[in-house]
Amino acid sequence: MQGKVVIAGIGQTEFGRHEGRSTYSLNAEAARKALADAGIEKDCVDGLFVKFPTSNFEFMYGQKLAEALGIVPRIGGVWDQGGAANASLVGYAAMAIEAGQCDIALVTFADNPKSGTRQAYQRPWGNDEVHGWFGVPAGYAMIAQRHMQQYGTRPEDLAAVAMACRRHGASNPRAQLRKQLSLDDYMASPPIVSPLRRDDCCLVSDGGAALILMSAERARSLKVDKPVPILGFGQGQTSWEVSQRPDLTTTAAKVSAATAFAAAGLTPADIDVAQIYDCFTITPLLTLEDYGFCKPGQSGAFASEGNLELGGALPMNTSGGLLSETGMPGMQLIIEGVRQMRGESVNQVPDAQHCIISNQGGIMHTHSTLLLGN
Amino acid sequence: MNLSPAFPTPILDAVNGPYWQALAAGELTFQRCEQCHHAWLPPRTECPRCLSDRPVWEQASGAARLVSWVVYHKAFNPAFADRLPYNVAVVELAEGPRLISNLVGCEDESTLRIDLALSFETRNEHGTTIPVFRPRSV
Ligand SMILES: [Zn+2]
Repeated sequence: MQGKVVIAGIGQTEFGRHEGRSTYSLNAEAARKALADAGIEKDCVDGLFVKFPTSNFEFMYGQKLAEALGIVPRIGGVWDQGGAANASLVGYAAMAIEAGQCDIALVTFADNPKSGTRQAYQRPWGNDEVHGWFGVPAGYAMIAQRHMQQYGTRPEDLAAVAMACRRHGASNPRAQLRKQLSLDDYMASPPIVSPLRRDDCCLVSDGGAALILMSAERARSLKVDKPVPILGFGQGQTSWEVSQRPDLTTTAAKVSAATAFAAAGLTPADIDVAQIYDCFTITPLLTLEDYGFCKPGQSGAFASEGNLELGGALPMNTSGGLLSETGMPGMQLIIEGVRQMRGESVNQVPDAQHCIISNQGGIMHTHSTLLLGN
Repeated sequence: MNLSPAFPTPILDAVNGPYWQALAAGELTFQRCEQCHHAWLPPRTECPRCLSDRPVWEQASGAARLVSWVVYHKAFNPAFADRLPYNVAVVELAEGPRLISNLVGCEDESTLRIDLALSFETRNEHGTTIPVFRPRSV
């Protein structure tokens, strides 16, 4: 891959509550802003890659959205991987552009679980519901417990993840939750499904976010202001439910990152800034281990030593992540990666050359990795 | 007038029926592949290892180990609100299959640890016999 395709435009709505607005409307606003950011007209978009609203499945959502946007794509549709889908769609759009299946792609996502329904997140899991097995946080708590038992990971280590994200979000005017978190606040936070507390869990947000992708060559001919090259991407799948997974403390992030690093010709040592999917605080810890930033079992210490904060070895979620900027699944991390590579983040990492981005979905079932350069 | 929320008891069908019927008789069973001898739960129609469509039922010894557990402090289903806090565990049977269950006889959570030896027993849950596990005494 190595930069043949670029992210040419980014756009987003406000994150938070959008009472009464449909996901079509939120997607349209994000798309309008991404097109303006790239400096291109809508009519040249011939690829439409959509993650459907997580909280409310609709058949043919991609086509209904194409109609609402007045776009007639050559290639388009939705892709279901839960929270991994946005980063995966960037990969598919890049492959489609390289293969001549489309010229300019719009990758977009919107959802409104805060003002609308969030039932999809609370559904029971088959006949296991007789045991009281409900809710997404419980799946992540099951993994967190195993990691804590296996490696001695402490609540203070989970807290370090939340504190770094909340610190970065506090200085981001776009963030939904702009309140720093102290260790005392964290420890006093009520348990939800222990070992996870309220402050281990991401926000619930309405909003939309979109990207414009094209070839680097096309970006030059269109005089795009600040194209950000996609250096590599990869995916991985864990087939097993949490109850069936042979190993609860490694994930598909491992194979996903290996694919992306190989495509880019990079290693973890080359990465200056990371945007790591933080639906729950345990998720970045496992991802950092699987990505090779620390050894298995060492991520808790890595986090609590301050490495994830601005000025640390690997500043993470510099706009606040899902724990602070918005609970929307993943696109905000890609947008912040673009801002870092453009040198435009409110929490800019000086001289950042390479950014790694993770998206993941289900209970660590799906994983997707992007590597961006500048 | 009963205003308590509906309790989510299992919906039996041709595939999972034998599992719940065996539990009602006090026995924990799992499926094993006739062809490749792989063992698994929950019930399926094909072996997920070799795709053979001839699984057979086998009785478990009841010995198991604790893989991980959580404690609910919030009821995601109102039917469970009156038993908070309650635990849910992943357990692995000695024969290999893993299942979601509950732990009994361990009111002090600090005594729990991964790989703890467990024994199967049954509990009546709103008219359905369900499998639960108790830390094995040494
Ligand atoms: Zn078989």
